[in-house]
Amino acid sequence: MIEFKLPSLGADMEKGTLLEWRVRPGEAVTKGQVVGVVDTTKAAVDVESWQEGIVHELLVEPGATVAVGTTLAVLREPGDTPEQLASARARIAAAAAAAAAPAVAATTERRVSPAARKRAQELGVDIDAVQGAGPQGAVTIADVERGAAAKTPAPADRARALRQTIAMAMARSKREIPHYYLAEEINLASALDWLRRENERRPVTERLLVACLYLKAVALAARKHPAVNGFFLDGQFRPSAAVHLGVAISLRGGGLIAPAIHDVDRLSLAGLMRGMSDLVTRARAGSLRSSEMSDPTLTVTNLGEQSVDSVFGVIYPPQVALVGFGQVRDRPIVVQGEVRPAPTVTASLSADHRASDGHDGALFLATVRELLQHPESL
Amino acid sequence: MTEMDADSLRQALFAALRPIAPEATPEEVRGDLPLRDQIDLDSMDFLHFVLALHERLGIDIPESDYPHLTTIEAIVAYLQQRQRGTVPPPAA
Repeated sequence: MIEFKLPSLGADMEKGTLLEWRVRPGEAVTKGQVVGVVDTTKAAVDVESWQEGIVHELLVEPGATVAVGTTLAVLREPGDTPEQLASARARIAAAAAAAAAPAVAATTERRVSPAARKRAQELGVDIDAVQGAGPQGAVTIADVERGAAAKTPAPADRARALRQTIAMAMARSKREIPHYYLAEEINLASALDWLRRENERRPVTERLLVACLYLKAVALAARKHPAVNGFFLDGQFRPSAAVHLGVAISLRGGGLIAPAIHDVDRLSLAGLMRGMSDLVTRARAGSLRSSEMSDPTLTVTNLGEQSVDSVFGVIYPPQVALVGFGQVRDRPIVVQGEVRPAPTVTASLSADHRASDGHDGALFLATVRELLQHPESL
Repeated sequence: MTEMDADSLRQALFAALRPIAPEATPEEVRGDLPLRDQIDLDSMDFLHFVLALHERLGIDIPESDYPHLTTIEAIVAYLQQRQRGTVPPPAA
């Protein structure tokens, strides 16, 4: 028997609203199949199942807003007896009832810190509706921010909700993460030459963008320097064996999201390009998958299109680094004592000093630079 | 494919743009000003635009011809030349 639970679709998500089921009781579910669509502040996300079974019962109705970890459906496996399913059903119902019961007894006087009251005003949160988790039920800034995150928006409010989600994640990042910043100018002459020759022989449907080379170089460098790839959780750095790159994608209505392309270090450039193209299209259409939202291990942002020279980004917690690329243009470089023009880009690293030191970061950026000198081996 | 006139090409061009930049309508975009100055198109958007033109018109635009694709009117003129099989000279 499998309890299909609402997954966390990012560190900043606490609740989600079920928009629709994509399966019916009695239907067989395969690994990776989309079983439902859940609305978060960022996007309507297709939620996949990572286990196989037969849909036994759907426990949550479309339209309901539930906390992360809530059991949404029960899947039957071969060998499950009716008794086992009935007792599991009773256990889930008891858990749901406990979650719905008021956690804090009514107090005669609500304690609200002045800072929390101010934050509630900034975020447009009704302070009276926020449940306090501080000492004696006091309402703290964290409670207010949780309250703001839990508000589920109507589609018209999505831009505002997305802004608030970004605000909270970025404020948390700057509060908690001791950032350090490094930058390196990279000569792209051989990379762009190679790219031009490649694209000449490729049909339009298989053309590559320079961003593809950036992502692959970053992924390979992250595998070599794991101190920038992973999560800082529960007071310690947990490096990730897999390299799932978050790709910062700006949305046409404003705001941005950074869903993941999985295992970039193991993808071919053609496969990576297809993945990027598909991800950008779906992110802008508001149609992402749960696995893409939940697990980027390192994020890459490319602001070169906006003609900025370099980016010093804010790390998306619980990740520990962010790599930025600026604009590619001809700049003077010195080769064997002579000044000559060459296309260059500034690659930058914002990294969490709790997880790595400047020396690690410098080695990582040097590896990115070296890899981009040999595009044919990416 | 039979040759399309300038008006049909213009229509096909806006139809190709619509899924990429819904705000780019014939009313909003001036034909004589560079497209990328008027709407926010990044490299991925531009590649999707070139792909959509390829799908609609069967014309494969090489990267070396991208400098021709500046304004709506310049793109229409370029596509007309490509339909006739004449390759325009390299853009300045």
